[in-house]
Amino acid sequence: MIQLRSVSKKFKLFNQQNAIISVIENANLNISPGECVALVGASGSGKSTLMRMIYGNYLATSGSILVDGIDLTKAEPREILEVRKRKLGYVSQFLRVVPRVPTLKVVAEPLLSIGKPETESLEIAEELLEELNIPKKLWQLSPTTFSGGEQQRVNIARGFAYEFPALLLDEPTASLDKENRDIVISLINRAKNKGTAIVGIFHDQQARELICDRQIDVKKFTPDINGSDA
Amino acid sequence: MTPLLKVENLKKNYGTQIGCSGISFNLHPGEVMGIVGESGSGKSTLLNCLAGHLQPDEGSVFYNTKTDGLVDTILMNEPDRRMLGRTDWAFVHQNPRDGLRMSISAGGNVGERLMAVGERHYGHIRENALSWIDQVEISTDRIDDRPSTFSGGMQQRLQIARNLVTGPRLVFMDEPTGGLDVSVQARLLDLLRSLVIKMNLSAIIVTHDLAVVRLLADRLMVMKSGHVIESGLTDQVLDDPQHAYTQLLVSSVLQV
Amino acid sequence: MDYNFAYLDEQTKRMIRRAILKGLAIPGYQVPFSSREMPMPYGWGTGGVQVSASILTPEDRLKVIDQGADDTTNAVSIRKFFEKTAKIPTTENTEEATVIQTRHRIPEQPLMDSQILVYQVPIPEPLRFLEPRESETRKMHALQEYGLMHVKLYEDISINGAIATSYAYPVKVEDRYVMDPSPIPKFDNPKMEMEAVQLFGAGREQRIYALPPFTKVRSLDFEDYPFEPSKADYKCNLCGSDSSYLDEVIIDDKGGRMFVCSDTDYCQKMIAKHGEVSKPDNQRALP
Repeated sequence: MIQLRSVSKKFKLFNQQNAIISVIENANLNISPGECVALVGASGSGKSTLMRMIYGNYLATSGSILVDGIDLTKAEPREILEVRKRKLGYVSQFLRVVPRVPTLKVVAEPLLSIGKPETESLEIAEELLEELNIPKKLWQLSPTTFSGGEQQRVNIARGFAYEFPALLLDEPTASLDKENRDIVISLINRAKNKGTAIVGIFHDQQARELICDRQIDVKKFTPDINGSDA
Repeated sequence: MTPLLKVENLKKNYGTQIGCSGISFNLHPGEVMGIVGESGSGKSTLLNCLAGHLQPDEGSVFYNTKTDGLVDTILMNEPDRRMLGRTDWAFVHQNPRDGLRMSISAGGNVGERLMAVGERHYGHIRENALSWIDQVEISTDRIDDRPSTFSGGMQQRLQIARNLVTGPRLVFMDEPTGGLDVSVQARLLDLLRSLVIKMNLSAIIVTHDLAVVRLLADRLMVMKSGHVIESGLTDQVLDDPQHAYTQLLVSSVLQV
Repeated sequence: MDYNFAYLDEQTKRMIRRAILKGLAIPGYQVPFSSREMPMPYGWGTGGVQVSASILTPEDRLKVIDQGADDTTNAVSIRKFFEKTAKIPTTENTEEATVIQTRHRIPEQPLMDSQILVYQVPIPEPLRFLEPRESETRKMHALQEYGLMHVKLYEDISINGAIATSYAYPVKVEDRYVMDPSPIPKFDNPKMEMEAVQLFGAGREQRIYALPPFTKVRSLDFEDYPFEPSKADYKCNLCGSDSSYLDEVIIDDKGGRMFVCSDTDYCQKMIAKHGEVSKPDNQRALP
């Protein structure tokens, strides 16, 4: 489902003495449907960079990244957006929404954007919010004022509203209590069983063990010393 | 898929001064493109060339018309181009005073485009104007008030209503949130965003405000000295800029 | 001192006749012409006078009306002007006249194909109040972009509940040009589809336009707010006519008023025929 072939990433910082920082080199990865892979490695080792490249948020310097057969490194913006709409979901650590939009709408939006009828979409959103213990009285409010844990759960609900065939998870359980964490883990496992290919960053080791089929240490994609190879 | 707008090698000089040069891109139905760059980078020149307000020196702007498919709007005769400008296209000016008739009521402003395309039933025009004034979140009892009595944000929303009433497919926007204070900006952006989605509009938005494009635009073109120096998916260009100027632009934004 | 026939020199008249012919060929289109200084101020009918001067022949008989009346200053002085410079006979009788110069009215008596009606026009551009740029209005005419005219009518309805424009009511000529009929009351608009040639002269604005006989002239309106020619809902206090256009005349400082025909010739003919109304029945004091 997700394939990385000889992917590398260098940042060139024009405004800082043209420094070139090489973060990833020759990364190869293959994630099948129903498989969950955890990226591990020290902070700054390039986990997030790799995730962002798979999402098309960062450009790969070389190599190719295929999601369901579409090479994101060569795709047009609208093709990438189409992949993000229908194939590849992303649950980030932080919620980024337009102010004024109520929580229920935020969660239903991925469904609405692919043309699912409004009532049906809102129904699914309600189920998810309920499952994730977001109090009903908050549903009509914008999540911008919610607590960190609540925001994260809204974010997760949004990520799981549409059943993406591929999902990227960035610390989905980070600021959750045990009860909610277990709920999120079961959500992830449910998606996995339905065939979703998952790549994630989990600092929570227990969660990682409960969900992931294998771990990839990003260190093996990292160039030796601080990228002074320019 | 046929693009809605196909721009090839567009160039416009002001004497020896470059306005914009070597611009080519395709815009597809439902796509929103942002053009960012500093003042004088040629983004407004480009927008005006695209919208037929300025005659470019070279290049073509093909538009996928409803009846005849792709037609070069630069070679198109003027009546047809102006007709396009009143029906299938819309242009939202930075200053609502440029896009509204200040001495005519809000309803008349919204109705003008309908009357321009031949609507001759007062009741229908009125109904349409009311519905649009409501959609842009202006109280419908203000329909007979002149825009000069409106706040800046209301004027801008009225200008949007006036433009969208004929159901255009392509909207040009020149700094749509430019003169507005921040709280009003958010509301306008949210409104624009929902209208773009609801009406499946294609849009080209010129702005120097990166927050505006992050929220509204699917893709981005960065301009400097009349040239496009970088383009791509909006969040990719903003989060992983490849060109020195873009990196400077992105890093210059003050964080709140 | 002797003037050239009808004051203007022959070259000027030829220039104006060319403009008139062009105007007749393109009904409703405003033809620019190089308007001359006339021995009267702008606003006193310099455009109409130049058109009249250019079409008059020694055989013509001229009538001049100002708001329908033959005996107001403007009408009298223009009549005198042509009596002096063209030495032609004048008349107050509508039927007898071959050329009628008018300010803001069309005579009640239907005109014939042997007559010419010359209008004095203050502002010939119907789009002017909505679009101040001449370059833009010319383009709008060329491209038939007339939506703006309806915006004006829309404003009228939304503010007054009905189309309140009562004079200079815009018309569309032969389904092509939108034209200002000069400030005639909209009551007169339907009469513009007539046997006689109609010529319009705007001296200050340097424009001439024209309507050949039987030209289609339609007043702009909305489907649900159709055009309605209107007049004061009274009878003439002098002749008793209930079909002619009326002027309201204040007759004392206690609010007394009366309504009389604005067309003095018509009114007099009616009186000659039926006698004067003995006791004005609709003379009412204002509250």
